[in-house]
Amino acid sequence: MKQVIRRYRNTIIMGVVFTLLLIIIPTIRDKAISSFLNQMKTILFVIPPIFVLLGLFDVWVPRETMTQHLGRGSGIRGIIIAFALGSATAGPLYGAFPVAAVLAKKGGSFFNILIFIGAWSTTKIPMLLFEIKAMGPLFAFTRFIVSIIGILLIAQIICIFITKDDRTRSLETLASKYI
Amino acid sequence: MSTIILYSIAITALLISFFNDRKKTKRALKKAFKSLTNILPQFLTVLLIVSILLAFFNVETISKYIGEQSGLLGIFSSAIIGSITLIPGFIAFPAAAELLNNGAGVAQIAAFISTLMMVGIATLPLEISFFGKKIALIRNGMAFIFSFAAAAVISWVVLL
Repeated sequence: MKQVIRRYRNTIIMGVVFTLLLIIIPTIRDKAISSFLNQMKTILFVIPPIFVLLGLFDVWVPRETMTQHLGRGSGIRGIIIAFALGSATAGPLYGAFPVAAVLAKKGGSFFNILIFIGAWSTTKIPMLLFEIKAMGPLFAFTRFIVSIIGILLIAQIICIFITKDDRTRSLETLASKYI
Repeated sequence: MSTIILYSIAITALLISFFNDRKKTKRALKKAFKSLTNILPQFLTVLLIVSILLAFFNVETISKYIGEQSGLLGIFSSAIIGSITLIPGFIAFPAAAELLNNGAGVAQIAAFISTLMMVGIATLPLEISFFGKKIALIRNGMAFIFSFAAAAVISWVVLL
């Protein structure tokens, strides 16, 4: 119970502020409530199936075998696997860093790790499903394709900009973060 | 319509999983439930904040600052806001859709979503500790610049 309250502390505070504001300023009442319900509806309807899919992803996608194919010289296959690995998750960007450490430890190439980070940040499949629903398929798919190009470009540009030393040092730092 | 498709996919996947391995399916459902309850409080909080903000700012105000007519400056400010804020896309999308309905421009929202996901000012120290200063800074800088290209392409396609 205590844990639940702590977890919902911010929500409760905002709920109180929300209610107070509606009482003090009645002119915003209708708009605030309808906007809240509108967004709530999207979330309640769309989120459950996405999280079920996520759970299934997590259980069925064999991460271990995938990470073995990310080394230098893994070519297009390595890039595709890096994309798939990053896209099949739902965590925030900072959740990707520890996983990147695992990839570095297991011999993943620097380029593929950058692809993985990029994919984790923007081309997540569960997120795409949600984006289609909220923003429309045209917006979502365009952003998806543009992002894939962007991720490849950014990874390539980083690899051009940095020296071999930078790359080795970065891979070592990453691998040392592996617990 | 897309909701029905989404549910069909989820149910089909669940059934296939169930007939192949009950234990794994149970574990998947547990994980799904746990992530859902983890994200819910954050969800509700942001929802309440966005609803209040939207109620205060009318369509004219939103259009003025991040509407189609706000141009490059509007895209730039949206990109900055996206870089600073740290909210999951799940929460950002309904809010972004609501902003679009209330007068925000497609390019501006696209830039916001793009930087929200790719650029992380708040998580920069953490990223530096993993990748080193140079790489983390180049990555975030490139991602910031990229968001303008993404905004341009997305708004061009959507408004076509």
